[in-house]
Amino acid sequence: MPEAAQSQGGVSVGGKSRVNDFVVKFANVNGSGSASANGLFARSVMRMGVPVAARNIFPSNIQGLPTWYEVRITEAGHLGRRGGVDLMVAMNPQTWDRDVAEIESGGFLFYDSTRAIPPSKFRDDITVIGVPLTAMCNEAYELPRERQLFKNTIYVGALAGLLGMEIQAIEDLLADDFAGKDRLIKANVEALHMGLSYVQKFLAPLPLQVRRADAVGDRIYVEGNNAAALGAVYGGATVCAWYPITPSTSLAEAFTGYCQDLRVDPETGKNRFAIVQAEDEIASIGIVVGAGWNGCRSFTATSGPGISLMTEFIGLSYFAEIPAVIFDVQRGGPSTGMPTRTQQADLLAAAYAGHGDTKHPMLLPADPGECFEMGAQAFDLADRLQTTVFVMLDLDIGMNEWLTHPFQWDDSRKLDRGKVMTAEQLEAGADFGRYKDVDGDGIPYRTYPGTHPTLGGYFTRGTSRNPYARYSEEGAVYVDNMERLLRKFDTAKALVPAPVLRAGKRKTRDGVIYFGSTTPAMHEALEMLEAEGRSLDALRIRGFPFADQVFDFIDQHDRVFLVEQNRDAQLKTLLMTEGEVDPAKLVSMLHYDGTPITARYIAGEIARRMQLGQSEAAE
Amino acid sequence: MTYILKPQLHHPKLPTNSLGYTRRDYEGSVSTLCAGCGHDSISAAIIQACFELELPPHRVAKLSGIGCSSKTPDYFLGNSHGFNTVHGRMPSVLTGANLANRDLIYLGVSGDGDSASIGLGQFAHAIRRSVNMLYIVENNGVYGLTKGQFSATSDKGSKSKRGVVNTDAGIDMVSLALQMGATFVGRSFSGDKDQLVPLIKAGLSHKGAAFIDCISPCVQFNNHNGSTKSFDYVREHNEAVNRLDVITPRDEIKVDYKPGETVRVQQHDGSVLSLHKLNELYNPNSRAQALGYLQARQARGQIVTGLLFVDPKAGDLHDAVDTVETPLNQLNEHELVPGQTALARINQSLR
Repeated sequence: MPEAAQSQGGVSVGGKSRVNDFVVKFANVNGSGSASANGLFARSVMRMGVPVAARNIFPSNIQGLPTWYEVRITEAGHLGRRGGVDLMVAMNPQTWDRDVAEIESGGFLFYDSTRAIPPSKFRDDITVIGVPLTAMCNEAYELPRERQLFKNTIYVGALAGLLGMEIQAIEDLLADDFAGKDRLIKANVEALHMGLSYVQKFLAPLPLQVRRADAVGDRIYVEGNNAAALGAVYGGATVCAWYPITPSTSLAEAFTGYCQDLRVDPETGKNRFAIVQAEDEIASIGIVVGAGWNGCRSFTATSGPGISLMTEFIGLSYFAEIPAVIFDVQRGGPSTGMPTRTQQADLLAAAYAGHGDTKHPMLLPADPGECFEMGAQAFDLADRLQTTVFVMLDLDIGMNEWLTHPFQWDDSRKLDRGKVMTAEQLEAGADFGRYKDVDGDGIPYRTYPGTHPTLGGYFTRGTSRNPYARYSEEGAVYVDNMERLLRKFDTAKALVPAPVLRAGKRKTRDGVIYFGSTTPAMHEALEMLEAEGRSLDALRIRGFPFADQVFDFIDQHDRVFLVEQNRDAQLKTLLMTEGEVDPAKLVSMLHYDGTPITARYIAGEIARRMQLGQSEAAE
Repeated sequence: MTYILKPQLHHPKLPTNSLGYTRRDYEGSVSTLCAGCGHDSISAAIIQACFELELPPHRVAKLSGIGCSSKTPDYFLGNSHGFNTVHGRMPSVLTGANLANRDLIYLGVSGDGDSASIGLGQFAHAIRRSVNMLYIVENNGVYGLTKGQFSATSDKGSKSKRGVVNTDAGIDMVSLALQMGATFVGRSFSGDKDQLVPLIKAGLSHKGAAFIDCISPCVQFNNHNGSTKSFDYVREHNEAVNRLDVITPRDEIKVDYKPGETVRVQQHDGSVLSLHKLNELYNPNSRAQALGYLQARQARGQIVTGLLFVDPKAGDLHDAVDTVETPLNQLNEHELVPGQTALARINQSLR
């Protein structure tokens, strides 16, 4: 056995005890097999009944570049990022300096002490825990691959010892994960105990402790892309056409997996779905539009660059009134931007995609639970409104596993196929005008191709036409149609998910508006602000077009903070374009460095602006 | 308004097919193309082919891109649903439509501008996916709707109406379709109805990706000396390899050429293609020979027409993605939505 590492740095193991409330960050090299070990760590904490929020910060690369995995252990259930790191597991020499710098004062550094590291590379105000991982692996394993992989499991065992975790919870999880592969289970359990024994022999537990609790409840742990894909299955989608692009790829892949599980005809073994990996994003949306025209629920999943490519078709879908669903898993733009980092920067591109006057409904899920619900609902809305509906995820929701309420489905729920005229209705003499506003809601009736031999056929085109779908270049006819499309958009207001109000504890003239993946960090920030005596009313927007409630909320407050994860305050632009809003009231807070927004950032920025406001008022 | 409805009156003694439809029932609105346009002849050939095949008009879905040729689906099969999509992207829309309902017959109509330039990628990929369709390119070697620019199928060295010489190599859509794996490939000429109508009938009956390159001179911009897509040029350089008859399962088989001159090919739907060979050397069942023959004749300045390749046992995209027989757009909630029980199991797997 190698010698125990000497504790380096000036602070002894000690300090304030923190139970079930701290942040562990793993710094690794990608392609080293660390992801599964880190995931094992996070899920083991959850098996002990303690909520976690885990986030992958990874490069656009397969092997050799830095990658991080941040695990927030939070019995209080704060699922956003807090900001700061209490325990850094520094396994990547490339990023050592910045990783060490990121540790909170009084925090802890865990590292592989096989090779001596000069004292200048540490800090005086943190506690350093060295475990000679490489030396242990070299002694225990022959094959280089085993040495690399089991090093990860060994550090999980060591952390379990340091943090007081139940080793049984980890072993149970290993048994579940590798069910049927007894050799793998045995090898991993041995590695786990190798790390644990070392800690028990040479080191003391840290003041950061994980203790069994009952705070997870019946929640599930799932990626937003996975949840959205399942939503598409429950929403009745049968055609999916897609083109690989980070961070949306796993959505189409999850849909494929769920369809193979849930959508195969048990009698014939044939598929009740068709999935095409198209040659590009343009063909993907073309296939979706073709299937939508022909009466199928169809979708594509993409990200910003894909939206750019699809824009012409999205305009066609708007004007020719064809249902389509697009899941936009947003990443950092513009151009190739930051493909593996998160942003909410496609709002404007999606809302107004197309040339000429176009606008499209958007659904804005805040967590994987909503990705499932809105993923299903989007198909009802697309059919009802006969247009493209966007579901706006982002990388943070889409590609990270989140703890979220379990999926639920009401078996009495019916798919809303919208206004479709049948052969019987046509036979009975219904007057069919494809673009005629019969019900005053701006939504016309359509027929599926092949409905009737002589009635209900029409020619679909992206050019202007009269209510009976006949080509027309007459100004008045064109304007009538464009006005009807506006009425239809107005109808959509009541159909998209309504905003959610979270009132401040005390009466206040300050409001904050937010959406999407900002939500958990915002909720925590609101609690932090309340604790400082700052009350704010908060409104979470969940749909576009905006409900009247959104504009009422702005009217009812003197100052409204808008929190967004993009540079140009795109939500603010949308609000000012779509409603009568006094821009002087709106204060933008923009976090767009590609990492998920933190509670500390939001609370700090709001407090600073409120203080500024007070001092200005005092002058 | 540029939409012109056709008068509904017709001669009481117009012949009807077994479904009770006259030829007029397969017509559309009045064409707005230039008088004498080759495309109108192709529309007429489509009308005749559908009438003779006795297709219920609403069972055909016609799709197109953008351009003169892509306007034509408005001028035939007026009772069918049609979709004039975006420039160069008809193949993807047709693919999606086909996935949604495998029971309809899909007719894609495009031009050389639409399919050989902006749409070359989608053309190639729809063919290689074996989408069950007949894809017709109405090929005039010129951009008509924007008034006379060269297209990608214009031959190198050909002259525009203004006397400009094309310096780029022309794309041969037939060779491309063969290379991309089309299972039915033909070429014809808008001025040769006897050849074109049976070819369209055969293509509509074919299961898999059927392609017809139909040379269709543009009377306004590409029908002059120096053009290789003019009426005169095509008539002089046409090398027809065969004459085709399509015998549907309903027809009494009457055609009987002498042995050695006729090739019979039975397709999936039971129709028999009877090919009267004009050229003894030509074998329509070999992709490799078809490509070689095309190139050899092309080198001599000849335009080979006829049915150039057919694989009567071809499959389609639905076979590849293994979909149920029921069209996907007709599946109900019970078949599509797995319900709360399945969801509870999924929830459990995510804890």
